Amino acid sequence: MNIGKILKYFILTVVAIIFIMPIYVIIVTSLKPLDEVSLEQMWALPTSINFTSYVEAFKNLAPNFMNSIYLVIPATLLSALLGAMNGYVLSKWQFKGVNTIFTIILFGMFIPYQSILIPLIQFLRTIELYDTIPGLILVHVVYGLPITTLMFRNFYASIPDTMIEAAKIDGANFLGIFRHIIVPLSITGFVVVAIWQFTNIWNEFLFAVTITTSENQPIMVALQNLSGSQIVQWNVQMAGALMAALPTLLVYIFLGKYFVRGLLAGSVKG
Amino acid sequence: MASDIHVRRKRKFSKDQWTAIAFLLPSFLLILLFVYGFIGWTGYVSLSNWNTLVPDFSFAGLENYVYLFHDFRFQSDLRNTLFFTVLFIGLVIIFGMGLAILIDQKLKGESIYRNIFLFPMALSFIVTGVVWQWLLNPSTGFNQFLGAFGIHPKWYTDTNILAGFEWGSIEFGLPVAIIAVVIAAVWQMTGFSLAMYLAGLRGIPDELREAARMDGASEFQIYRKVILPMLMPITVSIVIIMAHISLKIFDLIYAMTGSGANFVTDVPAMYMFEATFRGHYYANGAAIAIIMLLLVAIFIVPYLWNSRKGDS
Repeated sequence: MNIGKILKYFILTVVAIIFIMPIYVIIVTSLKPLDEVSLEQMWALPTSINFTSYVEAFKNLAPNFMNSIYLVIPATLLSALLGAMNGYVLSKWQFKGVNTIFTIILFGMFIPYQSILIPLIQFLRTIELYDTIPGLILVHVVYGLPITTLMFRNFYASIPDTMIEAAKIDGANFLGIFRHIIVPLSITGFVVVAIWQFTNIWNEFLFAVTITTSENQPIMVALQNLSGSQIVQWNVQMAGALMAALPTLLVYIFLGKYFVRGLLAGSVKG
Repeated sequence: MASDIHVRRKRKFSKDQWTAIAFLLPSFLLILLFVYGFIGWTGYVSLSNWNTLVPDFSFAGLENYVYLFHDFRFQSDLRNTLFFTVLFIGLVIIFGMGLAILIDQKLKGESIYRNIFLFPMALSFIVTGVVWQWLLNPSTGFNQFLGAFGIHPKWYTDTNILAGFEWGSIEFGLPVAIIAVVIAAVWQMTGFSLAMYLAGLRGIPDELREAARMDGASEFQIYRKVILPMLMPITVSIVIIMAHISLKIFDLIYAMTGSGANFVTDVPAMYMFEATFRGHYYANGAAIAIIMLLLVAIFIVPYLWNSRKGDS
């Protein structure tokens, strides 16, 4: 091994250690009793393993964790389904003005959500979905449309048009082609889009904090509220952070390939 | 003649095409209402006097905007956004590209490194904020390390402005406290640019490097003259996506520092949230939101316009 190669490994390893270090600190802090949690002992291993902070975090966050589950599953499935329908039309049933419609939809992906927040809350109050999980589901489905449409449109662009033409000649109609050709071919597309939506909705904060109060709050808001108390119990905070991060980390660990594909597909022209 | 074309075009809409339109219609209408309708309504609120709990839609003209641009807090917000954006994008690009080039060198354990640099992408800004707030607590962790070099930053309370100068009532320069937020944001988002650059590097055919080597180019020259220019479109995409994230950043700052002393870590999204939901200054909140939208549009509209042209 030459010096250049050793240097490359050295740099990568140092940066990698810096990247993992926060995880080390989260884990050791979460396993300490409160009296061992001090700024001076931040890097030290706990003298004995202590799970009280996990019990405390679980007690505080379990209901919100469930709220997030009730939110993220239907919202992910619905937005993926609508995205598939839109992507199918926009890639395989072109008609005049279709690109303009696509751009109009796509723009919704980039707006800061602050610019729709005030009317959104008024609207949700009017239809009596304010401070409800179904209200949040609706919001995530609607504002997920641009990205899911984009991802499916790009995915379906890779299905050859000749297949569609052949099916048409065989007498298959719009719905038949969707059901029998497009859907079976889009399993990977669904996995990529679903992972993307799952991660984004699970991690979302602005809608969650403005649309729900107390008992309907998803986990990210509850995690943030943990630090709102008088004395910050850092060990409980770190246990809570791990709990809140666990579902998306598991997705990353077990479905990393699709996670990265979503990441790249989500960047318009990656 | 004209009517003939008209009839023919009409007939072209087959039953299948009507079904296609029916498929698209619900989403399209939802977007029209939730995006364009709501933006219009926010614009309307921003021109009103609704700065109390009770709605008041009487016309105020540009009063709310004029107020903001004379407001110390909003001036700080714009300064902070500018410096945060420049530093954040610069570092994400440098680290992402550097790591991607290193990983691309056919090293062993490549996937382990890649997975380590990418995992923060799976976390939310809230988790990142909570964790880094603890890590950057004054007198610990990083700061002990920095202390060895005689640097003792007070991340959250430091109101110092680095390399600052004053222009009217606005103090320009980089607030020390915002560097803490930049560190956390770079930790989280570097994986994204790394993934983009790595995909780009993998797309460059080996023959191109071979040809350059045959011409006697050094490895450094190959990167500078051949590879980097080919990565330009990716860099543009990263700048646009990161600028868009940075101009509306909210969760990370909310979880980490809040507005900070003297608003040194305040950003428009933070101000919008507090004005609207804590203070019930709806018209002011709406005006901040519209300014945020315009800032994002400066980056996004040319980009969308370009990619649309490229499609048709």
